[in-house]
Formats: sequence, structure tokens, C-alpha cells
Amino acid sequence: MSKTESKTKKAVSRTKKKEAGKVPIFVMGKRYDVPDSLTIQKALEYAGYQLVRGCGCRGGICGACGTVYRFPDSYRVEVGLACQTVVQPDMYIAQIPFFPGNKAVYDIETLDPTGATVAALYPEIFKCVGCGTCTRSCPMDIDVLNYVSKAIQGDIAAVAEGSFDCVMCGLCAARCPAEEVQYNFAILARRLYARHLAPKAVHLVQAVANVENGKYDQALEELKKLSTEDLAKIYKSLEHEPDMADEDWTPKEKVQIYED
Amino acid sequence: MPYTPELNELIKKVEKTRPARVEKKRKGEEFPAMSLQERKDILKFHPDFKEEGRSEIKVGPNTGYRIANEMVSLIHAKSRLDPDAVDLNKVDFETDVLVVGGGGAGASAALLARENGAKVLIATKLRLGDANTMMAEGGIQAATKYRKDSPYYHYLDAMGGGHFKNDPDLVKTLVLEAPKVMAWLEKQGTMFSKFDDGLLKAMHGGGTSRKRMHYAGDITGAEIMRTLRDEVKNHPEDIDVLEFTTAVELLLDENGACAGAVLYNLETEEYFIVRAKATILATGGSGRLHIQDFMTTNHYGATGDGLILGYRAGVPLRFLHTVQYHPTGAVFPEQAEGLLITEKFRGAGANVLNVDGEQFVFEREPRDVESSAIIRECLERGKGVPTPTGKFGVWLDSPMIDILQGEGTVRKEFPGKWILFKRYGIDITKEPMLIYPTLHYQNGGLEIKPNSETRVPGLYAAGEVSGGIHGENRLMGNSLLDVVVFGRIAGCAAADYVKTRAEAGQPTLDHVRAYHKALEEAGISVDNRVAPMILPDYSNPEVRKKQLTTAYHGTLR
Repeated sequence: MSKTESKTKKAVSRTKKKEAGKVPIFVMGKRYDVPDSLTIQKALEYAGYQLVRGCGCRGGICGACGTVYRFPDSYRVEVGLACQTVVQPDMYIAQIPFFPGNKAVYDIETLDPTGATVAALYPEIFKCVGCGTCTRSCPMDIDVLNYVSKAIQGDIAAVAEGSFDCVMCGLCAARCPAEEVQYNFAILARRLYARHLAPKAVHLVQAVANVENGKYDQALEELKKLSTEDLAKIYKSLEHEPDMADEDWTPKEKVQIYED
Repeated sequence: MPYTPELNELIKKVEKTRPARVEKKRKGEEFPAMSLQERKDILKFHPDFKEEGRSEIKVGPNTGYRIANEMVSLIHAKSRLDPDAVDLNKVDFETDVLVVGGGGAGASAALLARENGAKVLIATKLRLGDANTMMAEGGIQAATKYRKDSPYYHYLDAMGGGHFKNDPDLVKTLVLEAPKVMAWLEKQGTMFSKFDDGLLKAMHGGGTSRKRMHYAGDITGAEIMRTLRDEVKNHPEDIDVLEFTTAVELLLDENGACAGAVLYNLETEEYFIVRAKATILATGGSGRLHIQDFMTTNHYGATGDGLILGYRAGVPLRFLHTVQYHPTGAVFPEQAEGLLITEKFRGAGANVLNVDGEQFVFEREPRDVESSAIIRECLERGKGVPTPTGKFGVWLDSPMIDILQGEGTVRKEFPGKWILFKRYGIDITKEPMLIYPTLHYQNGGLEIKPNSETRVPGLYAAGEVSGGIHGENRLMGNSLLDVVVFGRIAGCAAADYVKTRAEAGQPTLDHVRAYHKALEEAGISVDNRVAPMILPDYSNPEVRKKQLTTAYHGTLR
């Protein structure tokens, strides 16, 4: 919460009279009075903007609306997602639609899942000065600095897990004095981990083989031909896996199951 | 905004009934699921059954078909383009395959078209990947646990959910491709939630007979989308991406085959001509039309553009008379209004409760049935929980999950929702969520065949813009599956088509001229209404009154 509940000091008093339930905000330096319950995104629309950039899912997941703001009496530059951050009095807002960052091009299939791979594709990771600005900037509360140091140590799994919630908004990169693209080497690490280090889903191999060997084709063809009534009859009589069943549960009815 | 004192008072009723409900869950005793007849009866509370919400289409292949007013008003609108003002000889881009849309279907299509030897151009309205796929939380269905499940059961569940109206051939393709899609995604480095031995974790969703909902935390769509987006960007030599550039019309050649599209740069307001040997519509759905004034879970760009383009080019629509309302959208706090609360909460054991803290519906009915029950509870029975802004909702008792499955489960399995509510001072591990149905999915769309082709040669459609797979109601986890399955198929099919088709003929906009004529002949007053809408307009109406030169509602200049 500290990131959004910044000290605004006596900022409000300096501006013109405040309307009830409204707060003054400044968009690119221009004042608008907007309802105090709105997010930055909705406040921009209230002010009359039609958003093209800096707007996406409106729900804190697509990372398109990274926004920088500050208060007149504070030296701090603050950041947040416009769709998630509620306006505060005297906020000076600048949207950064998407911060440009270099992305390495690679073939995930042939890469070694090691720190050396990340270092070769993103050599600037070693420039990290450990200032922690990335962590303080992250709207998802990810400890970015921690996964950066794990990347330097070559611990791919830790980078993957530590960055899992990343929405790739780029705010970390925007604020990084060492000019890193944390979000881009994080996805490289997640893909390396999931492709090469995480245990394989061996059941998938068999499931795919069953499909490719045509094991279900006949049964599906027969279902396709059934009348709605007959289909509904089978549907109603389906055995249901219980909610609290564990992984070992198997159905009594095994006609359409092909174990191997 | 944390819960108000009034709401905190009402939460006490939920806490009072909780121990007994938890006990029942532990014993495996569920609230009775509805019979098919009961399901049918309750559906009269569903918005789809409000006749005044619909009107008849008067032009094109679906003349006489009654669907939502908001959609009909777009179908009854003119093109943004004056066909006579466009010089089709000035070609700006040439490509083998044009993919319109940069979500899950578009990215999958681009990757497979490229793999099959085609040069690809992706035109996307917003940023690559900023799409509904990114927002899908709960999971992706696939019958991969072959000792207890198979495509046979997946087929039956999908058909049952869709009221047995689904296109059987499309469903067959969907369920058979599902395990392959999981294997492909795993190979791409998608970080699915797994057990230590690699077994994919899986849960129930509404209407599933087996736990086949695979997931990546509660950000499954985001994980799939960011992986696919990263992979698309790994092929800059074969896949070009134009962001903030949307398609506003298709081009047809003199033989009626698709020859490309006209694009529009949202920022410079330029129009571009693209010649393509094959075109894939992967534009997604239309939740931002706010049908019947419902709030929506949908992405900002979901304005149904592909439907309009395809329909004008002659592709019929199917199943658009039904719209999916997700049973659980946030209705409090207001800042989060409409946001999806994944069905996985109910899959993990959270009850749905009325103002008295009583259970009134089984948690995992198909979505339309579950939504109808919630609407009835609030509007008919007067047992909804009043919100500070005068709306109603019901409780989703998330704290049960930690009690049933161990402390920390909610934090671990639903990190996205946990942090979202925490920002507003609500701890969903201790406090229930207030929810109401929210417009979620366009069940229908453009008619396609199992290989994703439409009736227009050289034109393919994949993902939410297409219709038939889900019949009249989609089950959770089948849309993330659908976008990847049919995106991949469309990519392959389009690349194949390109190989056998030497050159597209001379492009024209004659179909647009004909469409305009048909509108006129049907006596439809279009005024200055144009479609596709492109982006919704949420600007303040008071401000809009002063925007004297803005011509069209809901569109850019």
C-alpha cells in the first residue's frame, strides 16, 4: 500500500477550491477535477480522454497502463498501473504507454537452461547496482531485485518462480538506473524453466498418442450421430469425479478410458 | 475500498453458517445440482430470454435472425470507408497470411502459419497480446488424464454445457486436439502448475464430469499469452506485427475470395491496403458492447469488429442469440466492477451465498444456469446483498478454501485476485467476495468448418469471433483451449491455401457497396453510424457534449 498511499502533505490547499467528493489531478500538467473514488484510468476518461494507448484489460493483468506520477511537495517519482491506482489529490500524472526494452531473439528449444544463457542474451544483468528501485516500482509486489540476483547467480528456477506474477508492464525497466529489462529476461527464465527444467508431464505423451492412434475416433463418431435425446441420456448418466477426490481416483465406468 | 460497516455486519451471517457448510463439504455432501428440467426452468431469468433486448437483422446472410440490439445496431451500420474514396492500387503491405488480431488465436495462427512456410503480418488493434486471452484466469480444459478421462467425456460435457446445440464436428476437433495443444504449450515453455512428478494439476469447472481444467496459478491466460507473444517476437524475419493498427474492412477479389484487408492506424488515422493470399480473423469477442447494460469482464478492445467484417463479406453468423454472463464478476469495490472472479474459486470449494448467508445453488452448474440462479436470488427473491452504489450481489465464500485445503491455499492458487483485493483493503482469505453475473463471452460468431475456413475462400476465423464450438453456452476452460486449437488449425490451413494459390486476384470493395445498397433497400436509417466500433467510448458525457466535431459515438475520428 505504501506505493499508492504516498504523503501528499499540504498539497490540496494550494489549488483552487475543492468540490465535494472530487479531487484535483494534473494530466500532463493540466488540471482536472475528478471523483475521488476513480482509478487513474477512469479519471482520465472522466476528464474526456478516449484512451488508445495505456489501456488494455482494465483489470491489472495485461500490463499496458504503467503510469508515473508525483506530488508537488515530494521529490519521489511514483509508479503504478492506471487501472489499479486510485487517484489522490494533486497527483501529477504521466502515462508511459510502454517503455521500450530490448528483447533477445532465441530458439527456446536449443537453449541451455543455465545462467550463462541468460547472461549471453542479456549481458546487462551484471550491471545491476542492487538499488532495489525495481522492487519498489513493481505494481505486482514482486521482489524484482531478488530475482535479478538469482539470475546473476544462474538460478533459473528461482527467477521463474520469483517472477511468475509479472504482468510485463515494464515499470521496473523504466526506473532501472542500470538499464536492465528485467521483465524480458524473466520471461526467458520462465520459458527455460518450464521447457527444460520442470518435470515433464509424461501423461501428456500417452494422451497425445491415444489421440493420434485414433483410439477415440469411433466413439466420437458414434456420439456425433446420436439424437439430442440419446446424447442427453448419456450425459445425465455420466459418473462425476468427486470434488475432493485425489489424483488416484478412477471411474468405475471404464468403457471410454484407454489406459495405455 | 474495504467493506463498509453495513457489509461487515452482513458478513457475520456468512461466518455463522460457515462451519456447518465446511463440514458438509468435507463429507462430500453438495447442494443438490439441478436436473435438466430445473435448469431449463431457471433459464428464464437469464438475460438471453429478455425478448425486448433483441431485434431482427435486416440485411445479409442472417436476415430475420434475432440477436442483441447492440449487435444489430453495428450490423445495421455503414462501413467506415467510402469504397469510392479508397485507391486499392496503392498497396502498402503484401504478405502471404494476414492475421487480424493479436490475442491467443492470432498468435497461435501466426506461429503455425510461419512454421508451415508462410510470411505473416499480424495487425492488432492494441498491443500484441493485449486481449481477452490475457485475462482468462481459471484454466484450459484438456482430457490428458487418460486413466480417468478421455475426449469422449470432454465431448459430452461440452455438448451438455452448450445445450446439445454445438456443432458436433467442431467439438470433436476441439476435444481431440486438446491434449496436443497442452503438449505444444508445454514445449513452448508455458509454466503450468504441476506436481513434483510432472503431472499437470487439474480442477473441476462448472459442468465438467472430470477434473480436466489445467492451469498456471490463477493467471493461466496471461501465462499462455505472454509465452506465445514472446515466441511470436522470436521470429521477426517471418512475422511482422503492426500494433495499434486495426482492420476496418476486408478486400474480396473478383472471384469472391479474400484478398486482404484495409487497416487503420489508430494514432495517425491513416488507412493502409494489405494484399494477402490468405486472411485469418482472430479479433475476439464483443463484451465491450455491454449488452443489456451489463458490466463486463472483457478487454478494452472487445467490440466485435471481426463479426462485422466477416458478415459484410458474406460469412453467416451462428449462435449469436446467446451471450455468456459469467456468474461471478466483482460488484464491490466499485473500482473492480465487472472483473472476473474465476470459477476456480468454486471449483476449489467456495460456496455461493445470499444475504442471509444461505446457500441457494450448487456451485458448479453450467454458467448460464449459475448466473440465472444468482439473478433470481437478487431480483426475484430479494435475497441479494445491497452494495453502497445501489446494486445487488451475492457472497462467494473464499475463506472456505483455506479452511478446506489448508492455510495459504488462496494466496498460492489465486495470487492475482488476492493482490487485487488487498489493494482495496479486502483480505479474501478471511472475507468473502461480493459478486454478480458479468458479461463474459460471445457464445456465437462467424460460421467456420473444422479446418477454420469460412465460406469465403481464403478467409479463416479462429477464437471467439467464430461460432459453433460452444453451442449456446461455453464451459469454463474451453475458450483458452478453443483459441489455441483453432488458431493453430487456421494457421496451418491458411499456409496450405497460400501454397496452392499463386496470386490473389484484383481486390475490390464491391461487397461493401452491395452492403450499403442492401441497408438502403431495407430502409435502415444509418445516420452517421459506422462499424466496426473499434473502441468503446467511456469519456464523460458532459465532456462529450462539448466535443463538437466528434462525429460518431464509440469510434475514433
